[in-house]
Amino acid sequence: MLYNEKVMDHFRNPRNVGEIEDADGIGEVGNAKCGDIMKMWIKVDKEKMIIEDVKFMTFGCGSAIATSSIATEMIKGQPIEKALELSNKAVVEALGGLPAYKLHCSVLAEEAVKAAVKDFYDKNGIEYDKEKFKPGFTCEH
Amino acid sequence: MKTIYLDNAGTTQVSPEVKKAMLPFFDEEYGNASSLHFLGQQAREKLEEARADIAKCLNCLPDEIFFTSGGSESDNWAITSACREGARKGKKHIITSAFEHHAVLNTVKKLEREGFTVTYLPVYENGIVKVEDVKNAITDDTALVTIMYANNEIGTLQPIEEIANLCNEKGVLFHCDAVQAVGHVEIDLQKLKIDMLSMSAHKFHGPKGVGALFKRKNRRIDSFILGGTQEMNKRAGTENVGGCVGMAVALNEACKHLKENIERETKLRDMLFDELTKIPHSRVNGDREKRLPNNFNMSFEGIEGEGLILLLSDSGICASSGSACTSGSLDPSHVLLSIGLIQDVAHGSLRLTLSEYNNEEEINFTIKEVKRIVEYLRSFSPLWKDYEKGVKNHVI
Repeated sequence: MLYNEKVMDHFRNPRNVGEIEDADGIGEVGNAKCGDIMKMWIKVDKEKMIIEDVKFMTFGCGSAIATSSIATEMIKGQPIEKALELSNKAVVEALGGLPAYKLHCSVLAEEAVKAAVKDFYDKNGIEYDKEKFKPGFTCEH
Repeated sequence: MKTIYLDNAGTTQVSPEVKKAMLPFFDEEYGNASSLHFLGQQAREKLEEARADIAKCLNCLPDEIFFTSGGSESDNWAITSACREGARKGKKHIITSAFEHHAVLNTVKKLEREGFTVTYLPVYENGIVKVEDVKNAITDDTALVTIMYANNEIGTLQPIEEIANLCNEKGVLFHCDAVQAVGHVEIDLQKLKIDMLSMSAHKFHGPKGVGALFKRKNRRIDSFILGGTQEMNKRAGTENVGGCVGMAVALNEACKHLKENIERETKLRDMLFDELTKIPHSRVNGDREKRLPNNFNMSFEGIEGEGLILLLSDSGICASSGSACTSGSLDPSHVLLSIGLIQDVAHGSLRLTLSEYNNEEEINFTIKEVKRIVEYLRSFSPLWKDYEKGVKNHVI
């Protein structure tokens, strides 16, 4: 099989699908040419700096949908600082593995989370370490 | 769950007749066709009968049919041989189209690296080569023209008769990759002035691993696989007698039922087009009429093909897509790009290819499922939302 059962489960029944009307941060990564776009919305408890709610929409292949779905599960209810530590490797591990040529989808998931947090920081004038928000994967189109 | 198989351009199921004809060759008539004993001679007889049957279907001579391992080998062999011959005469130019199968394109690219110049003809939005372009591309240096009969992804039929006549007039060798066409449309090799033609058994309910190359009698061909004297000393290797017999039975059946199969498949194909073109922001890929009777190919804006294929598969429907995700690379199909699709649209393509085994009930179910799944995938596609909200302009 192309994907394991866990990936297929997240693809067939994606968690946290949709958008948040009054989101505190919105991140969008990827582009249509590459065949993958992920958009993530976060709602933040500004006192505790915890991600209260997260939603996503994805245009992309099965693994793109599955990685965004599990990434939302992994950061929901977590402190922002913790969400920023989410690595593409952790996403792949949580899914029980992905085919090698699909690994870029997990990079997109990591970047979507970071983009949403960065948007939140920017909107609220919060200082942050720019090193943590370096662009990663590009599909060279 | 019932299997609805709509990937017949990928491969087909072996027909019951073919299976029956092939079974004895595993453990009863297993002789080597080159052996002198009775088992060997029986195998030889069956092999030659198969060759004659195939020749009859295509209206050519039996010794113009060379069995191979399939379409890719036939393409590699024909092109390599024709170009070697051309090079001997100082001709080092190849003409092909931009959307050939990789068995042709990668062979041609290898020759390009070895010093040949290659003209890749455009195929335009309708997915059809212009005869005029072929005419203008031919020079005194042209060793070979190789154009497919029908495209494997979008099914568009090429003006093969005119191209063959033109090449014949100009004295240029013409090879045709007819892997998708043989057994699906009428091919008369007396009428068509094709020098070499590739075919593959598993595309018309024959077995995998066997195909043939037609080579017109007075044309030269180099050996490609070296070894014994099999296949008129041109293609070494113990013959796959059961496979060749299976191929002949399959082609016989296909030729016998050609007219009714074309009618049946055209009707089912048009049901798919009539209903699925109702999906907003969708497009037909390739000319809707000048295409194989069994080929349906469309793109749906705002979705990616792999998800569509996987969800159809969950419903028992076997389909394919030209999206990057299904190709194992980051680039969508070269065929869809060659007919001018932008990448976003090429990613959202769906190919359904029929056979005579499909029926209306299956097609109706498929129509319902495609509509449902496209709508579902669009419901959480940020790209589709942007189109709908007017943030981005629709591309279809």
